[in-house]
Amino acid sequence: MRGLIMHTPRTNRLLPGLVALAALTLSLSLDAKPAPAAVAAADPNETCLMCHADPAAKSEGGKSIAVDAKVFAGSVHGQMQLKCTDCHSDVSAEKLPHAPKLKPANCATCHEEPVKEYLSTAHAKARAGGNMVAATCTDCHGKHDIQKSTEPASRTNLANREATCGACHGNDAVVKKANLPGGNIVAQYHDSIHGKKTNGKTADAAKAPTCTGCHGSHRILGKSDAKSRVNRENIAGMCGSCHQQVFSRFTASMHGQMRQAGNSAAPTCVDCHSAHRIQQHNTPQWQVDVINECGNCHGGLLTTYRDTYHGQVTKLGFTRVATCNSCHGAHEVLPASNPRSAISPENRVNTCRSCHPGANANFAAYKPHGNPRDRQGEPLLYYTRLFMVWLLIGVFSFFGLHTLLWLLRSLKEVREHRAGRGGH
Amino acid sequence: MPNSIAIDSPARTVRARAPAARYYRRFGPVERVMHAFLMLTFIGCALTGVPLLFADHAWATGIVKLMGGFQGAALIHRICAGVMTVVFVGHVIRVFVRAFMTEDWLSYFWGPNSLVPNLKDGQDIVGMFKWFLGKGPRPQFDRYTYWEKFDYWAVFWGMFIIGGSGFMLWFPMFFSEFLPGWVFNIAMIVHGEEALLAVGFIFTIHFFNGHLRPEKFPMDLVIFTGRLSEHELKDERPVEYARLVERGGLAAIQAPPPPAETVLFGRILGGIGLALGLITIFAILYSALF
Repeated sequence: MRGLIMHTPRTNRLLPGLVALAALTLSLSLDAKPAPAAVAAADPNETCLMCHADPAAKSEGGKSIAVDAKVFAGSVHGQMQLKCTDCHSDVSAEKLPHAPKLKPANCATCHEEPVKEYLSTAHAKARAGGNMVAATCTDCHGKHDIQKSTEPASRTNLANREATCGACHGNDAVVKKANLPGGNIVAQYHDSIHGKKTNGKTADAAKAPTCTGCHGSHRILGKSDAKSRVNRENIAGMCGSCHQQVFSRFTASMHGQMRQAGNSAAPTCVDCHSAHRIQQHNTPQWQVDVINECGNCHGGLLTTYRDTYHGQVTKLGFTRVATCNSCHGAHEVLPASNPRSAISPENRVNTCRSCHPGANANFAAYKPHGNPRDRQGEPLLYYTRLFMVWLLIGVFSFFGLHTLLWLLRSLKEVREHRAGRGGH
Repeated sequence: MPNSIAIDSPARTVRARAPAARYYRRFGPVERVMHAFLMLTFIGCALTGVPLLFADHAWATGIVKLMGGFQGAALIHRICAGVMTVVFVGHVIRVFVRAFMTEDWLSYFWGPNSLVPNLKDGQDIVGMFKWFLGKGPRPQFDRYTYWEKFDYWAVFWGMFIIGGSGFMLWFPMFFSEFLPGWVFNIAMIVHGEEALLAVGFIFTIHFFNGHLRPEKFPMDLVIFTGRLSEHELKDERPVEYARLVERGGLAAIQAPPPPAETVLFGRILGGIGLALGLITIFAILYSALF
């Protein structure tokens, strides 16, 4: 059995009490080997705490060097009864006081694999590049208070990961200072469907991904890295690890096929859903907003959609009328030439009927994207609009001039009339 | 000067020189009620329809929310459209019934009391422009001026264009039984563009011609009271006045001055119409420019 577990810093500082306590602890330890009380007092942690237990202890540079022995005792390392020098390996109990400046604790001594993984991540690379704001082991795991991630109080517990990552990625000041990619992504995440789930009280809260669910923990790589889970090429598969059915529909869709054919510009999950702002698909705001996401690529079709009653009503902010996916489908979107497409000639009437039960073939022949500005493609619509536009121009020009001249003349008459009266 | 300015409002006339004022009937109750309904339903359609054309502006969303969302707006739009159609069809039936009951139906359509355009209207347009530019006297108008006739026929044209396309969009299932799909594309374009024309015309040109011009400002109450003063009749419609004097018809249309409550009613109703119309126009202009 390793030395004593210290109970409170105050008792530790009192040697008589300490001796008594050591004796008591030993007497309670059934399997304790008989040892003189002096051995307990010589425990290296004990020696360290003689200075570091003082809550006011400061280094020469003014930084707090206090260690709360109780907190350490509760940490995973404390429970394992590690010695201070296990991590602070450049301190030797024989040579005290130690040098004023110590090397950082070396986690790799025990955690070789995770540290190796960490060294290839965006955080480690940023630190290597001199950005010391970037997270290192202790920023996520803590220092003397490190807890196993299964502990509810652990910073790396699923329930706390949002806050842990949020210490930087959810802190506007840090985001600004370090120019963190994506801005305050934790705030975005918090209001997303994933964030609402993980922060909620439902039974499936733990199923929804928190930050590490998508980004990984020790293998957090920038999205430009081909090996990153959030790289454009890997996103669909990553989202698909939870959303399997959506993934298989997407893979069979036009967008999915384009991606498989190597077209990296073709949309993947985040292009429509965003990365961190993901909203539940049936919320009115999302239904209205996603139209613009489609329009990011299909700008011309968005314009012609906005010319229709459907497009005007959704622009006003109301739902219930058709949006893009009402006719085209969402993840399963296919071109009209594909017989399985919702807008193929075979399926079009039925697609209309999903909202307009009495729709017939003529009804379905309405062109929801008929473009009256396209003379080549839609001459009938083009010339109809042209006629209407010139009718407006003609009427307003003639009567605009008529009104303007009349107004000027009338004002003159009124002035003359008044002048005439004044002269009498 | 024969064309002195008629700045006396009926109300002021009643108060200032009640004993001397003589009034003549210009519009009957049917015409006045018809105009009131046409006006209210038109404004109803405008307020519920125009926001769709400017859907990307906050004021549009605000108006539609006030109406209980797009479904509420659509309901008001359709109620107004329905009432307007009834008024219009009723008017057309009335015109033909009256023409049929008149012995000389040809003069009913072509006579001086008709709204059918004639050669004099063309001459009057030229005459008005000359007068505007100070190059001639103000034309002598008969019962209906050319701009009044234009307003009247614009409603006819509008009823067919907006009404026709509107009913197609209202009852697509019925119309698609016998009309091809592209007709609805045409209907959509025409309904929106013609709506802008109608709203823009009524809320600026008609407002100016009928109400806002200095001679009438802020409004001409004749369509609400049905009566105009002798002074207005003589000055603005001298040909009609002369004919009435010549044929002795003046006495038949002479009427007491409009009652104060009718004037007040006209001012309120007309004022609401003017205000809503001008607000709509400012919203449209603001949205088109900014």
